[in-house]
Amino acid sequence: MATTEDPSAEQTATDEWRAGLYEATPEREGEAFSTISGVQNEPLYTPHNVEVDYERDLGYPGVHPFTRGVYPSMYRGRLWTMRQFAGFGTAAETNARFRYLLEHGQTGLSTAFDMPTLMGYDSDNPRSLGEVGREGVAVDSLDDMETLFAGIPLGEVSTSMTINSPAAMLLAFYACVGEQQGVPLDRLRGTVQTDILKEYIAQKEWIFPPEPSMRLVVDMIEWCAQEMPLMHPVSISGYHIREAGSTAAQELAFTLADGFAYVDACVERGLDVDDFAPRLSFFFNAHLDFFEEIAKYRAARRIWARELRDRYGAKNPRSWLMRFHAQTAGVSLTAQQPEVNLIRTALEALAAVLGGTQSLHTNSFDEALALPTENAVRLALRTQQVIAHETGVVNTIDPLGGSYYVEHLTNELERQAYDYFDRIERLGGVVEAIKENFFQREIAEASFRYQAEVEAKQRIVVGVNRYQIEAEPELEILKIDPALEERQIARVQALRARRDSAAVESALARLQADAAEGRNLMPPILDAARAYVTMGEMCDALREVWGVWRETPVF
Amino acid sequence: MARKIRVVIAKPGLDGHDRGAKIIARALRDAGMEVIYTGLHQTPEQIVETAIQEDADAVGISILSGAHMTLVPRILDGLRENGADDVIVVVGGTIPADDADELRKRGVAGIFTPGAPTSEIVDFLKGAVPVA
Repeated sequence: MATTEDPSAEQTATDEWRAGLYEATPEREGEAFSTISGVQNEPLYTPHNVEVDYERDLGYPGVHPFTRGVYPSMYRGRLWTMRQFAGFGTAAETNARFRYLLEHGQTGLSTAFDMPTLMGYDSDNPRSLGEVGREGVAVDSLDDMETLFAGIPLGEVSTSMTINSPAAMLLAFYACVGEQQGVPLDRLRGTVQTDILKEYIAQKEWIFPPEPSMRLVVDMIEWCAQEMPLMHPVSISGYHIREAGSTAAQELAFTLADGFAYVDACVERGLDVDDFAPRLSFFFNAHLDFFEEIAKYRAARRIWARELRDRYGAKNPRSWLMRFHAQTAGVSLTAQQPEVNLIRTALEALAAVLGGTQSLHTNSFDEALALPTENAVRLALRTQQVIAHETGVVNTIDPLGGSYYVEHLTNELERQAYDYFDRIERLGGVVEAIKENFFQREIAEASFRYQAEVEAKQRIVVGVNRYQIEAEPELEILKIDPALEERQIARVQALRARRDSAAVESALARLQADAAEGRNLMPPILDAARAYVTMGEMCDALREVWGVWRETPVF
Repeated sequence: MARKIRVVIAKPGLDGHDRGAKIIARALRDAGMEVIYTGLHQTPEQIVETAIQEDADAVGISILSGAHMTLVPRILDGLRENGADDVIVVVGGTIPADDADELRKRGVAGIFTPGAPTSEIVDFLKGAVPVA
């Protein structure tokens, strides 16, 4: 760090070392020395390579710019939330998995919905055939949500819901279950993902065009700020951007750019930044390049704090805080020698903890093959418990702060992020850049480059392009009973037959009118939920008003 | 001179995981094939129609949603019903071994699971498609 009086002297010393000693031994051939994202690494970082102003760039945990952590005591005060994502089959199966996880020491719930739910189709839609309950739980209506959370007191848990296009509908179902349990709205805690921008960029589960989608997000933020203050209405997500093949710098840059786009949209609605910014939260990937990941989280906190305070003028320090959830990289798991995934996941989880995450999901080792078995999920949770209780890494806050290398990487990722912000700005902002396929192209480029490096063995993937074994032992995997789909279809059809159809019609008419006339849509969506209007019916009503989104495919 | 192999890369179903499909599309194009990528969220019927309209030699189906046993047979049936059963069908994605056996029995020529190098898929198609 630049603490010395005469940096040029150090330059000389480092250069001398490099020319005299380091280069005397030839470097290994073949494998790249850059990070997994392609950031070049010097063989050594010294006070000269890294410029850090301690008070300005690092500071103290719980103090702007929060590089070292968002809370003053970090894991000495409270460990991160161990939050395993779960969902498959019908609401009854997932309810049983939730209870299993809570019994084994999990401290928060996280719901995975199936593809039809993510796309706004009911289970009995012809497009849903074969997909119901496959990659998550099928939730068509309040009726399913009641089963999903049966016996789980919503006043005592925090619940995360990975849902985006139909986020408003699922939030309404959750609020209604809370009402039924007698829990007031202002005591419901959790996170709804709601991050539609990263859907267009990477995850590709969209319904409506970007503009009305953004309006719906702002409706939720506005409504939650007034009615459900403990809920995080948006979780701005880099996870899927990374899973789609981006680099760490792209994940960082695109996620933060999305975050600024939501802040801009809310400010444009007339909201005060301090009324909603404290409830924005983030979700990042925890990938394999250990130090790069730690640097990414540190850079993210610093950029967000700086921009919220200096660009948006937020006065409340809680508006400056970037709190985030992390999940280990599904994309790093291999189908070959799947037990090795336990080790990958443990190292990724360690990076997330050393990077100061607020909650964490660890993938199960069998997930390159299928949804995880109970045994695999328990091992994944145990991985976090070992990190928390046995390794000692929780004892000191930001233990890698001040590492020449980590500080250099933090600065470098920050620099690359600002380069991307400029490029996005020049394209006219995030929505325009989406329409021009900017993000999609950048990600496709990065993922193709990585694949080419793996095939050229510049990157070694254990068990895939080196250390392969001939006969892979068979692994027992979770099978989803195909009869579940039929049961779920019957369930939603029975609901349609028994509910008050006049109430359904009038709720849908009001939803369409409010959509067309620009009123906040949360109140009509809540009323529709109470009338057991299905999620697919609400989405269809809005499709009629807003149209649907189609991407121009590029590769 | 041999004509170019024409391949439709298709994403059936509702999942949006298109990293693999795009990498394969690009690798096949770089290997000298003509590649048509359907984009996301295609129904089996749309994929059959594209394969026929594009006069494809092969269809590469990328699927990671677990719905392969529902969607892939519908594509095979659709090709057969339209007299296009000479089109080579290959599948890529998270396909458990038992399902892979069943899909091969139904007429899928090749199945590639995560970790398969793109060169293997290129070679497979070059071997499977007769180009005079």
